[in-house]
Amino acid sequence: MAFPDRIERTVEIAHPPGKVWAALTTAEGLGAWFGNEAAIDLRPGGSAWMRWVEEGYTAQMRVERVEEPVVFAFTWHIFGLPEDDPRRTYVEFTLEPAGAGTRLTVTESGFAQLPDDAYRKAYDGNTDGWAKELGELAAYLDAA
Amino acid sequence: MPPEAEAVAGQVFTALADPTRRAILAALAVGGPATATDLAGRLPITRQAIAKHLALLAGAGLVTAEPGERRRVRYRLRSAPMQVAQQFLAALARDWDSPLGALTGHLDRTAREPPTTELHQTRGHHD
Repeated sequence: MAFPDRIERTVEIAHPPGKVWAALTTAEGLGAWFGNEAAIDLRPGGSAWMRWVEEGYTAQMRVERVEEPVVFAFTWHIFGLPEDDPRRTYVEFTLEPAGAGTRLTVTESGFAQLPDDAYRKAYDGNTDGWAKELGELAAYLDAA
Repeated sequence: MPPEAEAVAGQVFTALADPTRRAILAALAVGGPATATDLAGRLPITRQAIAKHLALLAGAGLVTAEPGERRRVRYRLRSAPMQVAQQFLAALARDWDSPLGALTGHLDRTAREPPTTELHQTRGHHD
């Protein structure tokens, strides 16, 4: 068994890279096939979001690479982890012309990372956390 | 990822494979640190069985023993190994096949429906 850090898929799409690019990088496109609504500030460092109405979930993204019409990449929070978990995965779409269509590859990497302190905590028997936080709150209230 | 992380995750999944241990970990997550006696009062499991499972969980580093009131040992959930296990679940829970299928379907549909501006132009031409 090995922990996967990276997921990769390649699909052949019967539409030219320009069309695929628009579907990947516009609010209209992302809100049609990926989420139910979306917004995007299409520049490296720009923010973007997609909302899934039924699930009541909104994904916040940070645009990382914009090289029209070849590479589009963003980072986002890992779905299912607590909101305050700092881990983010990197998602990169690469578009290659393939005949009249496009060969689209998506890679998502960073699943095997750990928050800076989690690795240490997992091994050294450190038992900080809520007990300590609550102790600090009690001390703070006592002092007030 | 270092092999130790897999060992940590393996212990989490082994612990979670047993319904009694799942119940104990869930009780500690919900209610905070507790003694074996506390847990026996809350769960339909004997105190002896709980103590046996707690010892196993402590050995795996999933709970930690600490002094409680009246010289009883209290057990606290350690979240760090769970966070290590989460990264494995995150990769397995990620689904790209459905969105990519939806992307292809979206492009097929939009290709069949010309943009409205083109429709207006066509209509204008015929008028």
